[in-house]
Parts: sequence; structure tokens; C-alpha cells
Amino acid sequence: MNEAVIPETRPVHLDAEVDFSARSGPSRTNGTVKGASQQKISSLRQKPQRVSSSAREQDEAVHESGKTVFGFWVYVMTDCVLFASLFATYAVLHNNTYGGPGASELFSMPFVLAETLILLTSSYTAGLAMLAAHRGNKQSVLTWFFVTFLLGAAFLGLELHEFSSLVAEGHSWRASGFLSAFFTLVGTHGLHITSGLIWMTVLMTQVVKKGLTGTVVKRLSLLSMFWHFLDIVWIFIFTIVYLLGAQS
Amino acid sequence: MSLDKPKGSVFSYTVGFVLSLLFTIIPYMLVTQGKASGGGLLFALALFAVAQVFVQLVFFLHLGQESKPRWHNLAFGFMVMVVVIVVFGSLWIMNNLNYHTMSPQDTDKYIQNEEAITPHAD
Repeated sequence: MNEAVIPETRPVHLDAEVDFSARSGPSRTNGTVKGASQQKISSLRQKPQRVSSSAREQDEAVHESGKTVFGFWVYVMTDCVLFASLFATYAVLHNNTYGGPGASELFSMPFVLAETLILLTSSYTAGLAMLAAHRGNKQSVLTWFFVTFLLGAAFLGLELHEFSSLVAEGHSWRASGFLSAFFTLVGTHGLHITSGLIWMTVLMTQVVKKGLTGTVVKRLSLLSMFWHFLDIVWIFIFTIVYLLGAQS
Repeated sequence: MSLDKPKGSVFSYTVGFVLSLLFTIIPYMLVTQGKASGGGLLFALALFAVAQVFVQLVFFLHLGQESKPRWHNLAFGFMVMVVVIVVFGSLWIMNNLNYHTMSPQDTDKYIQNEEAITPHAD
């Protein structure tokens, strides 16, 4: 419907075309159509048209990133269901020790408290890193994510130490149903932490190379969401496996 | 959770952090000091875990602060429903299965423990 208008306002259209080609991604065609549809106005007032179209571009960008964030949120929710099934398995099997020691004899509580405090602190520093990212403070983002990375790595080191000493004492996942469920549940959480640490390394490299662009900040916010989620899963492990285990 | 306007502040993150530390250390002390036990302790532990998760969701994940339509909350609510069905359904089914496949002696013991019925003195 706008085809007829295009020839007379050709210069403006070209101008708009150049403007839109600076962007990338699939919404480019949208932008071109929008540019054409607004040419009647723009032939009268060229400047305001460009301002309003860039505002709409921003709206679209925000909408797109909202979809990405929601998509990742849905992934996190399905991951919760995965952990719920592992928790259910543990709850069913936790008394089946096959004559071996149970949770109250195996786990060292001060050790577990240290793990928990480290992970809680790393969740806090990830939050501080995100606040810095929204302020656009690159140095602060890198510092806080580096602290988060160190805390996450310390947590993982403690967990691997716990696993290896359990296995060394003959309490491996093959010893009983209880230990199979324990290693699967806690090990799956540890795998998530490992992938989070790898992801964090990749994103810190991107922050250094590309700076805090919109895309990088979006990726950082997904990572911090993932990290807070792992913290929540650990709270359940701490309560159900360790606190209730030490109790029985 | 969204890109356009950052949620939370240093203050709100710090409040969340301090609360989460409290909700970790208090149940830990309850268990290791051995002051409480039995059903009361279980209830307290469950309460602190729920409070802890609530703090994490509100202060760190900013749940419930989005504008309409609240798709995040909807997905979250659905997840909670599935989790409750999976966890409690599994426990229920496995307990029932366990009960029905017990040996007669185990069944006697089970009934004595669970229902406080003592056998006849012959």
C-alpha cells in the first residue's frame, strides 16, 4: 500500500534504509516497512520521524530481550522439575543403606555449612555484578564476576573433596541405594555449577572484548538468574540431605 | 529479570544476603546443638527452608515484580504444581508399595510403630 508513496520521497526512504541497516537481526524487514509507512509524515518533518522510529526500535529490542529472558526462565523451571525428581528419588531411597552407614554418620556438618555460606555469598556477589552491569561499570562487573567465579570454584573444590573422601572410605555410589541417590542428586547440582563456571568464563571474556553491549548485559542477566537458581537448589539439598540427615 | 529497567539495589541485595545467612545459620544451630528434636524440629527446618527460598526468589530473582501479563509467575506456579505432584506422589506410591510388599513380621513391626498398637500378651 505504501509502494506508490516511495518514489516521491525516495531520499527520505534511503535515509531510513541506511539507518535501519545499521541494525542486525530478523526485525530488519519490519523496520523497512515501518520506514515506508511513515514517509508521509516524514516528508513534512524529517527529524521527529527518525527519533520516533528509533524509539520503536528500542521497544522492539526490549521486547525481544524480554522473550529471551522468559525463554530462559522456562528452561530454569524445567530444571527445577528435573531436580524435584532427583529429590523424590533421594527421599524414597534415603533409608536404604544396605547395612552401611547412613547420612548422620557420613557427613561432616561444619564442612557443609562452609559450602553453603560460600554459595550464598557467590549468589550475592553475582547480584552486585548485575547491578554494576546495569550501571555500565565494566571494571566493577569484571571484579564482582571474578569474585563470584572464585567462590563457585571454591564450592566445587569442597564438593569434589567430599566426594573423593567418601569414595576413598568405600562409600561410593555403588555401595547402596541411598548413596546412589545422594551422588546423583548432589552430583547433578555440581555439574550445573561446573557449567555455570564455564559460562561465566566465556561471558567475562565477552565483557573484556565487546564491552557492556545490550546483548552482553542480557547474557549476563541470564547467567545470574541461573546462578541464583543453583543457590535455591542447594538450599533444598542443605536442608533435606544434610540437616534432616544429621538429625535422623 | 528484564533488560530495560534494572531491579533491586545494593541495599535490597544486602538485605536479602543477610536474611539468607540468618536462615542458614539458625537451622544449622538447631540441628547441631541438639536443643530441639522430633516433629517440632522438622517443622522448624521446613519453615526456615521455605523462608530462605522466599528470600532468594524475592530479593535475588525479583519474582512477583513484573508488570502484567505475569508470564514468569504463571510458569513458576505451574512448576510448583508439577514438583508437588512428583515429590509427594512418589513418596505416597513408594510408601504404599513398601507396605504391601512387607513380610508378615515387618508388617507387625510397622503397625506397632505407626499406629501404637501392641500385640496381645499370650
